[in-house]
Amino acid sequence: MRNVWVIARREYNRFFSTSVSYAVAFAILLIVGLIFALTLLFANGAGLGGSTAPDIKGVTWWFTFLLVLTVPALTMRLISDENRMGTLELLLTAPLRDWELIVGKWLGGFMFILSVLAVTLIYPFILNLLETPGIDQGQMMSAYLGIILVSAAFLALGVGVSSLFNNQIAAFIVTLGLFMVLWFMFGFMSQILPSGAGDIVTYLDMGAHFSNNLNAGIINLSDIVYYLSITALGLFTGTVAVEVRRWN
Amino acid sequence: MIRVENLTKDYGSRRAISNLNFEAEQGEVVGFLGPNGAGKTTTMRILTGYMPPTEGTAIVAGYDVVEESLEVRKRVGYVPETVPLYTDMTAIDYLQFMADLRHIPESKDRAYEALQMVGLENRAESYIGSLSKGMRQRIGLAQALIHQPEVLILDEPTIGLDPAQVVEVRNVIKSLGKQRTVLLSTHILSEAQQICDRVLIINKGKIIAEDTPENLQARLTGSERVSLQVRGEMDELPKLLNKIKGVQHAEVKPDGSVEFQFAPGQDVRPEVARTVIKSGYDLLEMRPVGMSLEEIFLELTREDKPAHKSK
Repeated sequence: MRNVWVIARREYNRFFSTSVSYAVAFAILLIVGLIFALTLLFANGAGLGGSTAPDIKGVTWWFTFLLVLTVPALTMRLISDENRMGTLELLLTAPLRDWELIVGKWLGGFMFILSVLAVTLIYPFILNLLETPGIDQGQMMSAYLGIILVSAAFLALGVGVSSLFNNQIAAFIVTLGLFMVLWFMFGFMSQILPSGAGDIVTYLDMGAHFSNNLNAGIINLSDIVYYLSITALGLFTGTVAVEVRRWN
Repeated sequence: MIRVENLTKDYGSRRAISNLNFEAEQGEVVGFLGPNGAGKTTTMRILTGYMPPTEGTAIVAGYDVVEESLEVRKRVGYVPETVPLYTDMTAIDYLQFMADLRHIPESKDRAYEALQMVGLENRAESYIGSLSKGMRQRIGLAQALIHQPEVLILDEPTIGLDPAQVVEVRNVIKSLGKQRTVLLSTHILSEAQQICDRVLIINKGKIIAEDTPENLQARLTGSERVSLQVRGEMDELPKLLNKIKGVQHAEVKPDGSVEFQFAPGQDVRPEVARTVIKSGYDLLEMRPVGMSLEEIFLELTREDKPAHKSK
């Protein structure tokens, strides 16, 4: 476990020395901030969609949507770059298990996203001050739990894909494509397919677990299990990919 | 300590190394000598736990490289051929990171000590990307030494260095070899001659010779060669020398010197000196000519020749 922490801490610090991560944080915070401002301006009085009280759902939904676009940029280099630079050889000859390397890389990225997410806590805080009797705390916590789970799953998939490639751009494109399918395509497919296959696709739809349940304030064990399973799958893929590299 | 038995590695259908057997004891610097693509890096990668062998076993520092890979990796310091480093980190941060991975207490102090060992303590805060090739090589060495490993494996440790740095790194390696087992690969033969206690010559994945540099020379030539510098009319001299009992193949070389051979243990040099002087020549120089490792190497790796036969 200590090795995981050493890798994670280095990776976390590294995010603060690369321009990509600043760009990601800037994009997320700018757009989420605009969404929040619009929520405040338009929800007061007339209200959008018939809701009179502004809530935090817009901010949290947009955050996850932006993760779809930005996490590939954060994870693309995690393993592929080590491989390209040859530094993977250093890590693989250090007394470090393969899974510790993968989990450490994932944890570093996860901590970075959590740091960005922490900044957005200011919005529910402001909203809570403006509104009487305050916002729905349960929904807010459920939505943030949802973002944390979605981030964990996305980052694990990103690390997994990154470990399959030597080229960052290839890793980026494949990760983005994978997220698109998981987040958007399954939603469309479930509407076309007959009910049996449709149900399976609906369960696989990553966006639905968040939008329909967690972001609406509903915490189901099945949603949590779903995201944790995806996380485990991504990390497992990464570990296997590193082991396969050793053999070639 | 390194013990390798029947080590074989295949990449797909290509056999990179085939049935390697060798040992290296503590306090020994063993040179791994061979042309590019001979299997040196593959062997080192197996010994450092980077990749498993297809067949055979390797014991490093008392542990099997496959079964107890982590134990091996704790006890080995390794500098890969390309000296991979994180160019976006400072030297001290990088070494501290590597020390933390090895669970070394007070990693920052130890990282600083390692930098001192390679003479780079004044560059601790420099980004690795801004350092010269020679400095990076030394950072790589510092990384391999930081946990005071029992076994040090260095892949082409002096490649890309300027002459002064080469001497420096060689001296570091020599002094390290006194307490540790050092295995280094090189294709610079004079380097092997200078720093190695023993040389393994590897070609096409097979060890074709193994001995001290000196013995290797003696075994291959089978006789001693001497070069003479004399002043006077040269043409008659080889004939005169060939009459001396024990002198073989006396001849004038293109550079004007005279060379001859004699069987070991049958030293004819005093007699040769007397003959030269008595015949009216001025004797300027008489020195032994060793077969250089280059020549040995070419001899051993020559295609049309079955591997080396010792006499």
